[in-house]
Amino acid sequence: MAKRDLPKKPLTKKRLKNLILNVLRNPFNMIVLVSLVVLFCLIVIPLLTMIKSTFTLAQAEVRRAGGKAGDFTLYYWNYMLFGATSKAVLWIPLLNSLICGLFTTLISVPLGSVLAWLMIRTDIPGKKILGLLVTVPYMIPSWTKALAWLAVFRTPTSGANGFLTGLGIPIPDWLAYGPVAIVLCMSMHYYAFSYIQVSGALRSINSELEEMGEIQGANKAQILRYITLPLILPSVLSALVMTISKSIGTYGVAANLGNRIGYYTLATRMRVFINDNPKGVGYAMSIVLVGLAALILMSNQKAIGVRKSYATVGGKGGRSTLMPLGAAKKPMMAFLGLFLFLAMVMPFFVLIMETFQVTTGAGYGMNNLTLYNWIGTADEAQKYTNYPGIFRHEEFWKAFYNTVRLTIIASVITAFCGQFLGYISSRGRGKWYGNLTEQLVFVPYLMSGVAFSTMYFSMFSRARLGGLIPSLYGTFTLIVLTSVVKHFPFASRSGTANMLSISVELEEAADIAGASFWKRMTSIIIPLAKNGFISGFMLVFISIAKELDLIVIMMTPSTQTMSYLAFTYSQEGYNQMSDAISVCVLLFILVCYIIANKVGGADLGKSW
Amino acid sequence: MSRIELKNIDKFYGNNHVLRNINLTIEDGDFMTLLGPSGCGKTTTLRVVSGLEKPQNGTMTIDGVEMINADDAYYAEPSKRGLNLVFQSYALWPHMTVYNNISFGLKIQKMSKSEIDRRVMDSLRMMRIDQYKDRYPTELSGGQQQRVAIARAVASSPKLLLLDEPLSNLDAKLRIDMRAELQRLHKELGTTIIYVTHDQVEALTMSTKIALFKAGELNQVATPMELYNNPIDLEAADFIGNPRINFISGTAEMKGTDLVVKSELGNHTFPAVQLTKEQRPSSGEFECVLAVRPEQIIISREPVEGALPVTVYASQPAGSETIVTLKAGEEEFLSKEIGQAHYDIDQQVWAIIDQDKINVYNKETTRLIKRSV
Repeated sequence: MAKRDLPKKPLTKKRLKNLILNVLRNPFNMIVLVSLVVLFCLIVIPLLTMIKSTFTLAQAEVRRAGGKAGDFTLYYWNYMLFGATSKAVLWIPLLNSLICGLFTTLISVPLGSVLAWLMIRTDIPGKKILGLLVTVPYMIPSWTKALAWLAVFRTPTSGANGFLTGLGIPIPDWLAYGPVAIVLCMSMHYYAFSYIQVSGALRSINSELEEMGEIQGANKAQILRYITLPLILPSVLSALVMTISKSIGTYGVAANLGNRIGYYTLATRMRVFINDNPKGVGYAMSIVLVGLAALILMSNQKAIGVRKSYATVGGKGGRSTLMPLGAAKKPMMAFLGLFLFLAMVMPFFVLIMETFQVTTGAGYGMNNLTLYNWIGTADEAQKYTNYPGIFRHEEFWKAFYNTVRLTIIASVITAFCGQFLGYISSRGRGKWYGNLTEQLVFVPYLMSGVAFSTMYFSMFSRARLGGLIPSLYGTFTLIVLTSVVKHFPFASRSGTANMLSISVELEEAADIAGASFWKRMTSIIIPLAKNGFISGFMLVFISIAKELDLIVIMMTPSTQTMSYLAFTYSQEGYNQMSDAISVCVLLFILVCYIIANKVGGADLGKSW
Repeated sequence: MSRIELKNIDKFYGNNHVLRNINLTIEDGDFMTLLGPSGCGKTTTLRVVSGLEKPQNGTMTIDGVEMINADDAYYAEPSKRGLNLVFQSYALWPHMTVYNNISFGLKIQKMSKSEIDRRVMDSLRMMRIDQYKDRYPTELSGGQQQRVAIARAVASSPKLLLLDEPLSNLDAKLRIDMRAELQRLHKELGTTIIYVTHDQVEALTMSTKIALFKAGELNQVATPMELYNNPIDLEAADFIGNPRINFISGTAEMKGTDLVVKSELGNHTFPAVQLTKEQRPSSGEFECVLAVRPEQIIISREPVEGALPVTVYASQPAGSETIVTLKAGEEEFLSKEIGQAHYDIDQQVWAIIDQDKINVYNKETTRLIKRSV
């Protein structure tokens, strides 16, 4: 029979009626429509608005650029790209960002991969506890690491001694601040991407594949080189891309370790422009950041495809034999121990101890120890700083309240939306609306936290649509909204995975039994999605709790969170108090993670 | 009880034409099996009937009531079609007990509590799993889950029962048990059944009719024995039967109303009554393929009048039967003998083939031109 084309039918009245009824009768269609409109408003419009604002003259620059407010202008792009200061505005920060990103990737990807291999494929002892410890550094916000770094390496350049200078060891500024410090701190954070990705891939490799190599006569090195490595290569590459695109846009670490010696990256420089003027230049820089991330991700997609990996999971024989380390066991243990000591134990010991010190870097003698930073009263304040201890300081409790409020509200909304979007993209796989949803939801992933919040800042800092969308400038709502949308990619990913695990046939069976869409939702989907929802919720919760980059430009005294408070204290030189707050944030996250792990079975392995 | 009529059904996924002009009538009380290799459209047809897929062309009626009219974009909802479906994966709701799985649909129909209870227990008893009513699906074995899935489907007394490869996840022994069970169920309920499978044994043993699919088209609709005896083309002949049918190439020519065929099996003349209406050259020689079922070839150790002298190429005794590979000239073919027999390799034997049982296919069109009778 000849191949027939898709039939074109004459549009009769009856057909039209039925077509409309078919769409209206199915609530799923309505939900898809509403979601697409909302996504469009929350993602596409802000992006376009920000792009437009870089071409629109603002009141503040009217005098300098000429013309009147609202005119089309190339002033901002000119200023950034070709202006007299363009080198300091764009090119040097860009170069700094790239260098930091590159070196961070060079350190963290091999580090994470080796750790993963050690933990999954070798017979290294104490795996259970080591496995937990290795993931702990990732739970710690990256800006806290920067503070810990400062606690150890701080030099009098920023006004106070750190642990090492206090011991009388002279620390050069190039080590304490700037690119070296930034790269090392970020590596201690972003190795986790590679660790999580590669350990996932390694876990899924059937050891029979390696054993087959052994039977063919390959030695251990050859097996590693020709079988294991090629199989995990896609995961390594995708971790690499993620690390470089994330580290280029990181704000917290770069600001804490760079600003005080005038070392700026694109992200930190951008914030200067957003805070002061011309804002348009800041927006233009954020577009550069977005473009950079998109370029990196797309080149990766072109080369191997972001999600492409070998289907190594077979139905049978998932048995995994471990590689005996033999004589290498001791050096490997030492390597792990050193890593954990440097990445976790020492900085946090110093960080915690610093909160009890009168003068940082002056040792741990009784005369230098105090509880003032925690519970001191304002009367004693003259002796130390202008502030009372954080537990007696209203500002801290307000920030604590804001943090808890923000995390709970934002993560509840995000997790719900995530399941919802996940439902749409899983049921719409291969259909236009499913693909569109997935692509729209992916956009915030392309943007670093600072670039993303800049976009929202520019969109909502004044009323739009004749007051239909009110100005959200400085409001808590704006911070919640930003946190929610920024976490869409991750939340909807976990939602999609959750929904994919609920077979469509379960729904179809209910459909045939006569259950309406809402009935299917309430009696089939929601009960089955519950567990996945809880674990997804807890992971979003942790991620929002440690967030600084994303909300830093939106902070006002009444909305500031603990992360931000710690950041400002550190910038103002109240190091001990800043440390004390970060210890609180750390405890908050750890407690939440332990609860999530115990109650919801949340696993960091799925957390990015 | 119902009669289903599918007319000119076309289904596209994007530009992929997966069902091509399906015309199929299923009579009231039929056990109709949709048979074919994977990807041939049989499950899609089942889903079109159930209402889970919407075809772009064609109509469907159940008992004369229009259920699909693609021209008007009219598709009755699955629950309005009076049918039920057993999924290949069973699709048991894991968060509900066996009892709740079965009562879910009945509750939606707003039946009284006592009626629900009666029906659930009836169907559980019929499938002999009433002792498991308070278990969750994960606490049951594959065979028990299968029974729950069927019990759920029959509890609502559907006029039409659809089964999508329901036995494919069971082990061989259980499969034979369930085949008997399904046959009994069909008798007891008297429901029309549409059954999808790629397993020819299931199709041949249970159905009253088989619809054989080929790349999105209906190839042949016939009773199991007719399908076995007279497959409509070479592909169908090859697909049905185990061990597979023997193909021997030859040449054919029409002499008057008779068909004269020459091959390594010798010369045969087939009378007009055994010929089909399929296209064939009316004059001149043309290439053909002879097809003989292995069990139609009887081996004689002594020369017999009209038998074909052959040599034994290999012999595979399997206890209940013996498969012997025979060689005549360049052609090799299988013979199946019930019971245990021993033949030496290269032994000279004689093959007795009843020429009425031979199928002849036109090699060019691959269609059947001579039926076995």
